[in-house]
Amino acid sequence: MRARWIIAAIVLLPLLAATGYGIAAQYPLIDKLENAPPRSAFSRKLIADGARLAAIGGCHLCHTAPDGADFAGNRPIPTPFGTIYSTNITPAPGSGIGQWSEAAFARAMRAGISRTGRHQFPAFPYPHFARLSDADLHALYAFLMTRRPVETTQLPNRLLFPLNQRWLMTFWNILFFHPASSRRDPRHDAEWNRGAYLVAGLGHCGDCHTPRNLFGAEESGRKFAGGRGEGWTGPALPAAPTPWSTAQLFHYLRHGWDQTHGAAAGPMQAVAAGLGQADPADVRAIAAYLSSREPRTALPRGHSGNAEPAAGNRLGAALFAGACARCHAGGAPMLPPHGIDLRLSTAIAAADPRDAILTVLGGIRQPDGRAGPYMPGFADSFSDRQMAALLSFVRARYGGGPAWRGLASRVRALRQGRGQS
Amino acid sequence: MITLTVNGRTHRLEIEPATPLLYVLRGELGQNGAKFGCGFGECGACTVIVDGEPVFSCLLPAIAAAGRKITTVEGLGTPAKPSPLQAAFIAEQAAQCGYCTAGMITRAQALIDRNPSPSESEIRAWMEPNLCRCGTYLRIIRAVRRLAEAWAKAHPGAPEEASR
Amino acid sequence: MSAVSPSRRAVLAGGGALVIGFSLHRSAVAQDAAAPAELPGDLAKEPLLDAWLRIGGGGDITVFTGKAELGQGLKTALVQLAAEELVVAPEMVRLITADTALTPNEGYTAGSHSMQDSGTAIRNAAAQARRLLVARAAGLLQLPAAKLQAKGGTVVAADGRRLGYGELVGNDLLHVKAAPQSTFIAAKRRRLIGEDVPRIDLPAKVAGGAAFVQDLRLPNMVHGRVVLPPAYSARLRSVDTAAASRLPGVLKIVEDGSRLAVIAETEPQAIRAMATLAASANWDEAPDLPDPANLFETLAALPAETVPVHDGPGDMPSGANVLEARYRRAYQMHGAIGPSCAIGLFDGDALTVWTHSQGVYPLRAALAQLCGLPLAKIRCIHREGAGCYGHNGADDAAADAALLAMALPARPVRVQWMREQEHTWEPYGSAMLVHVRGAVDALQHIVAWDYTVRSSAHATRPGGAGNLMPAWHRARPIAQPAPQPLPLPEGGGDRNAVPLYAIPRLRVMYDFIPAMPLRASALRGLGAYMNIFAIESFVDELAKAAGAGAIDFRLAHLADPRAKAVINTAAARFGWEGFFRAEGHGRGFAFARYKNLAAYLGLAVEVAVDHESGGVRLVRATAAVDAGEAINPDGIKNQIEGGILQAASWTLYESVRFDRSRILSRDWSSYPIMRFSQAPDAVEVHVLDQPGQPFLGTGEAAQGPIAAAIANAIADAVGVRMRDIPITPEQVKAAIGV
Ligand code: FES
Ligand code: FES
Repeated sequence: MRARWIIAAIVLLPLLAATGYGIAAQYPLIDKLENAPPRSAFSRKLIADGARLAAIGGCHLCHTAPDGADFAGNRPIPTPFGTIYSTNITPAPGSGIGQWSEAAFARAMRAGISRTGRHQFPAFPYPHFARLSDADLHALYAFLMTRRPVETTQLPNRLLFPLNQRWLMTFWNILFFHPASSRRDPRHDAEWNRGAYLVAGLGHCGDCHTPRNLFGAEESGRKFAGGRGEGWTGPALPAAPTPWSTAQLFHYLRHGWDQTHGAAAGPMQAVAAGLGQADPADVRAIAAYLSSREPRTALPRGHSGNAEPAAGNRLGAALFAGACARCHAGGAPMLPPHGIDLRLSTAIAAADPRDAILTVLGGIRQPDGRAGPYMPGFADSFSDRQMAALLSFVRARYGGGPAWRGLASRVRALRQGRGQS
Repeated sequence: MITLTVNGRTHRLEIEPATPLLYVLRGELGQNGAKFGCGFGECGACTVIVDGEPVFSCLLPAIAAAGRKITTVEGLGTPAKPSPLQAAFIAEQAAQCGYCTAGMITRAQALIDRNPSPSESEIRAWMEPNLCRCGTYLRIIRAVRRLAEAWAKAHPGAPEEASR
Repeated sequence: MSAVSPSRRAVLAGGGALVIGFSLHRSAVAQDAAAPAELPGDLAKEPLLDAWLRIGGGGDITVFTGKAELGQGLKTALVQLAAEELVVAPEMVRLITADTALTPNEGYTAGSHSMQDSGTAIRNAAAQARRLLVARAAGLLQLPAAKLQAKGGTVVAADGRRLGYGELVGNDLLHVKAAPQSTFIAAKRRRLIGEDVPRIDLPAKVAGGAAFVQDLRLPNMVHGRVVLPPAYSARLRSVDTAAASRLPGVLKIVEDGSRLAVIAETEPQAIRAMATLAASANWDEAPDLPDPANLFETLAALPAETVPVHDGPGDMPSGANVLEARYRRAYQMHGAIGPSCAIGLFDGDALTVWTHSQGVYPLRAALAQLCGLPLAKIRCIHREGAGCYGHNGADDAAADAALLAMALPARPVRVQWMREQEHTWEPYGSAMLVHVRGAVDALQHIVAWDYTVRSSAHATRPGGAGNLMPAWHRARPIAQPAPQPLPLPEGGGDRNAVPLYAIPRLRVMYDFIPAMPLRASALRGLGAYMNIFAIESFVDELAKAAGAGAIDFRLAHLADPRAKAVINTAAARFGWEGFFRAEGHGRGFAFARYKNLAAYLGLAVEVAVDHESGGVRLVRATAAVDAGEAINPDGIKNQIEGGILQAASWTLYESVRFDRSRILSRDWSSYPIMRFSQAPDAVEVHVLDQPGQPFLGTGEAAQGPIAAAIANAIADAVGVRMRDIPITPEQVKAAIGV
């Protein structure tokens, strides 16, 4: 995977260099503020609105390191080009954004250009944030400028040459960054339109749910056809073995699980945790918009739990009976969505076993010991061969599509990759 | 017929392949160490070491354990001759009721086996799956650190682990 | 069976001296005859020395306690006491704990009473036995007793002659009533008291010995499992037992009203049959639980009996600075790591039950009623279970085992609950409400205090069978008797409701709610947890209003030097004065004397509050405890440390979830408790030893103070006062705002 990117860059580099270096420097520095605006510069309501919007944007997620101060950056973000460390967005004057005027903030959000005129990498989703309304930007600014300032030492990104050259972003932007402000679709109501705006903009759902091209840009023609996030599949939206109603999707986005679709896993868990703090009306709007979309890739509805397709896989059947059945077979004592009926699981229905493998390996647990969906990981319990037998049993019995191929080697590869990110 | 190797002894057992190892250990082999706590993989009371990894025996079908090296708390030492880690648990009084203790020891042993001198934060992260209701977490960390420090003392050249 | 339990015969066979003196019924008789009240500890209940201590012809020593090991280190402490006073090595002492056939009736192991009641009795009995042994040796050797010394199981004369305890004891030496006074081993000759003797129960627990009731394996034992109704209100409408009864290994299906159970040869077979049976059962249930969104409004509206706890003027003097506050606490569970378990064996005539109940004698009485057997035909033997400190499912599981044993005579039936059964059916610690008004004057004195605490019962332990849950579900049910408030001075919901501070105008009331929206009973500390939380939070609020410091304000209202000592020690060791307040961090203090008559505890903590999430982390805690004479200081530390962690978990994370009909907290993911990553960095406990002073119960001393200290530290860190337990991130975040 990584090799492809490097080749692409090497092919492109001379081309871009020939086009000229000069264009890169066209963004001026925006004067720094003498002092960060005081809390009193913003109304309480504005700050609270900003907080609820930031929860949709997931600012905290990327800009807070594990065990680090809130919004103080330095969280490693794995990308195909290497590791990027997020920046400090507290109002610390030195290492944070304390000297950023609202204009500088708005330019960074919408154009990916920092206050000093430097390019940002699109790991920061400015191509999405470009759609943000002035009002929402204003609230976000108010929220961020009233966080606790924390000075930090920015960790240097670890990107492969030549991808660490920021000026290259000029060309990337020319090729792939076509900012468009959201236009209202008169065929739909205000809620739907708000949802469409949040999904395309602040929520930057396409980051994980839209496939990317060779250059890491979302493929414009294949919006929400399924992508990749932190090693997990971002399934096509809104594909699932059973259709999503607005209410179901709302519940899922707010709580990280839904009775009829299961629990969020992987990076989606944190996204849902954030949406739990967002304005419920906004989350409902997101749910209304997404559930109204025609699924691009319909996932086949699972079997009826009929054992026949799995017959012959005695090992898989025994492993399922001993390890999974107490929660995933009928009469499970646990609460929803514990022990979700696997016929409803998107991961089991998916053509690619990636998410199913990752979930069985690592399980699902809530951060900070909160109540919520739980599943133990089985990485240490099962060998690759056993894992493959178990998954092919589950796929045959509960999944709708054709058998997954090469499971043991997929398990081995994902097991090894797991430790890294 | 399933063949299990527990604490170095091989047992041939006429059991359902799906039977969780926990019940095989307690029911067929008469062991006490691994405990039933939840049966959901949520508490770690049933932890045993399988091929060097700490595993919830309540969710490990016997068939999956066949042919692998299983170590339970009984395999580490005896009440009369406790292993170094078991002795450290006694010395630190790292238990109250002791129901969680065997699972704590097996999980900690798997850590010590791969890293003889873990730091406090490594111990905390490693032990996270196991629950104790009596509030003995800090004493458990001390018991493991006791071993870690003894090891570091005996190996002065080895890279010193940051303690916390 | 002798492999797992010292049968009465085995115990008696060893001691020629004792066979005559002891009979099963004697304890009960002795109890009826009013014993001289001045005897120390539970000698008052059971004055005969050989009820506590027996020495066999071979010199073997057996000590009996009616109390049970709950993980508090009781066994070790009792052996220390007996071995000290008998001047023998601890290994020479065999200890028999709660067993209705063998040990004195000491009621419940609860309320941090064990050392006070049983420890005191055993120490005195051992000291008096030593005196008797020496006196008899003096007679035999024709020497004055002063020339003799007890040592290592013998009485030695200066000339080297020695007589073993076994030779001396004869058949009646210890079959005498205790004297009110004892002479203890002099302080300078002590080897064991005050020492950190390693726990005698740990070697088995760390190495897979048979340490718990869950580990008992009796010959021919079979396995029972119960199917419990899905809700309190659920009644069985129909069930199809056919499928379950055809499963391999199934020996018996019990259907008795709404009570369903199975017995099978092996445990996995029993579990499978249980699941099959459960799947075929249909229930009628009613939405009769309170709306969780309005739980406290519901509790406030329920009829209550008002118990005056401290009757005084409740009005606030004019001119003083008056504050008012309300505190609330959610339902919280014991949540032992091992679900309840028991084994029953009915031989066609008599019933034996191995149980981790905290009261084998009261359980025996309840089982007699439940099973229709005379008391004399039932024996309850305590075996350890998973720790939880309180009335959990232990007694109910014992009732299950008894009923199943009666259904399948001659085979020991082991019953263990499933995790979700323990979570949903154990009796919880009651939700509580406190309303308090207080006034401070310009001199920084509390001048008035008017306090009302409201809760359901804190004790519904078996007394009769109606408190055993399985009794409710039978075809001929026994209803739960109306709960009663526990009497003072220890109290239930009003435990520790009276502040220890000197307050001129003081009124304390207890609104006891006879109804129990959720099943409730004794959870470690009972009402003390909530009352100390409220009192010690409100004292900080008053101190702040008066402009006084938390430590000085408390000291100024206390006269007892021991109270002051724990406060001063905790503050000094914590570094209260020089505390560096890092961003988001704060310090908090609390003090209490448990039940106002047991151990004193001063406690300082540091917390960190995350501004964005509202999450609170207990960073460190420093406690000073005065538990009277310290038998095993490390044991006391472990109790306090464990109490701090457990109650910090209650305070920050725990509340029972439910909907209008069912309990929703069914496992650890729906009822999370503290894990390793949330444990504090450090907990320090300083034991202020008081040699020669009576033992003061310690086991529950930390529960209330830690809750208040955390809330006080949050107030110090971010300036908001949290009055609802648990103190969730959502609440803290809402209070501190964006
Ligand atoms: S019993 Fe296996 S994890 Fe709890
Ligand atoms: S010591 Fe009791 S659960 Fe850990």
